[in-house]
Amino acid sequence: MAEAVTPARAASRWNQRTLAPWLFLAPGLFMFAVYVLWPIIQSITLSFYDWNGLYNQDGQFTGTYIGIGNYAELMTDPAFEKSLWNNLKWLVLYLLALPIGLFIAIFLNQTVTGIRLYKSLFFFPFVISQVVVGLMFAWFYAPNFGLLYLLTEWMTGKGIAILADPDLVTYGIIAAGLWPQIAYVMILYLTGLNNVAPDQIEAARLDGAKGWRMLWYVVLPQLRPATFIAVIVTVIGALRSFDLVSIMTNGGPFGSSRILSYYMYEKALSEYGFRMGYGAAIAVVLFAIMMVFISGFIWKMWRDEKER
Amino acid sequence: MFPRPIQQASTGAQWLYTIALPIALILWLFPLLGVALTSLRPASDLAQGNYFGMPSGIAWENYVYIFTETPIGQYMLNSLWVTIPTVIGAVGLSLMTGFALAVYGFRANILIFFMFVAGNFVPFQILMVPVRDMTLQMGMYDTWYGLALFHIAFQTGFCTLFMRNFIKALPFELIEAARVEGVAEWRIFWYIVLPLMRPAIAALSVLVFTFIWNDFFWATVLTQGVDSQPITAGLSSLNGQWIAQWHLVSAGSILAALPPVAMFFLMQKHFIAGLTLGAVK
Repeated sequence: MAEAVTPARAASRWNQRTLAPWLFLAPGLFMFAVYVLWPIIQSITLSFYDWNGLYNQDGQFTGTYIGIGNYAELMTDPAFEKSLWNNLKWLVLYLLALPIGLFIAIFLNQTVTGIRLYKSLFFFPFVISQVVVGLMFAWFYAPNFGLLYLLTEWMTGKGIAILADPDLVTYGIIAAGLWPQIAYVMILYLTGLNNVAPDQIEAARLDGAKGWRMLWYVVLPQLRPATFIAVIVTVIGALRSFDLVSIMTNGGPFGSSRILSYYMYEKALSEYGFRMGYGAAIAVVLFAIMMVFISGFIWKMWRDEKER
Repeated sequence: MFPRPIQQASTGAQWLYTIALPIALILWLFPLLGVALTSLRPASDLAQGNYFGMPSGIAWENYVYIFTETPIGQYMLNSLWVTIPTVIGAVGLSLMTGFALAVYGFRANILIFFMFVAGNFVPFQILMVPVRDMTLQMGMYDTWYGLALFHIAFQTGFCTLFMRNFIKALPFELIEAARVEGVAEWRIFWYIVLPLMRPAIAALSVLVFTFIWNDFFWATVLTQGVDSQPITAGLSSLNGQWIAQWHLVSAGSILAALPPVAMFFLMQKHFIAGLTLGAVK
């Protein structure tokens, strides 16, 4: 074959192969750069400005540079502090999705008739929009007739209206968020359990391992890839959540259920004002927190790539 | 297999398991079942405080009402108008980017790949102000295509991760052999790789459909009115009008949940393959 290829054709082949990837990448990369990469840079820049989101008649930007003014203001903003704390609660409590999801996955990992249908029905909450999940839980929590209210009333004599209680509201919303998140983790673990090496399980069984010890020493190590993905999606899910707070409480009562994502939106776009620069500063803080986890994920992927 | 198959357990345990399954399911889906039942409960029941007892009748009129008296049908159509172009766009773009990153070993390859992956995880808020501003400037605020364009760009990140890994797992000899035969690169993409991508395309299509249908944040940031708001944002604003009319809120919720649920049921295998990111092999 080689003798059939003239130098000119070989060169064109070489050109094709260096040029081809860039042509294939161009449209996707362009869109991604315009809508994701560039806005990140712009947001970071904007966080050093004071801007109400408007342009003057000539179409010129009306913001003024204020250095680290926005960040300095954040340091003394009690609403920001509250949001940050609530984000931490979200992050920690969301991780409960892992053990619970694993528990349900183990419960459902059987081969009885109809189990496939059970698995898919258990997965349902994840498929539904968080807006709908929020409405469902708002109904469940509703004062006076909501089931949780009736239940607490029956047990303690006094019903709890969880979404109206500044101390409990965040936990109520997190519980709603956990519902779909557990379903997601469950499906990850079900897939993982499917691929656990049966011979190792049998060997461990012959050695007398069972129950917790089997789970901890034999099964969990084999579920590592599933656990890794589960941690990543759960952490990202916790930090990204916005819909539930917006639907269930609008950050209330008295701003006690705000989280960074929602507070940013409130500052930049809601009726309370159009403080784009301040909002951008909040977003940058959230972005920085996320980057810690994203970097971890990328680092792990990079290591896996090198091993191949 | 872990745990030990229930068939090897005592008869009592097997019975217990058979009974526990449906009970666990009902408890698990309780909020959903409650809302589904409420959506069919006559308004008069709720007025009399009959929230959980036997309904006095099945009220299909709740659904008739939201279709005739509210723009919910329009909202659902708007959602379709955003969702379907996004699925086509994101899957199409990522087929190409995935191919480029999986097949060619150029220097910036891994860097670009990680950039797509990282971009896919960033918080939406860091993009919000510039994207909204840009959409306004281009005159695409409050239109389906303004929203769809953003979604296409953003979903390309996730889809590229998936496509690239999928193509990497294909036998590379196929491509080598074609190159030896002198087949042009774009023909390799079109005639050799693309036909093998069907499962990946199916998986990503259902996933992206669900993600976009369920999106609420961008719907509120980039659209405003009945003419372009998708169902999630529409339902949220209707919820504001229907204060405590739970039979209507419930009916609206069930409607909004229906398309992704149907999609999931029809394409279950693909859906789950997509969600596990191909990482749990």
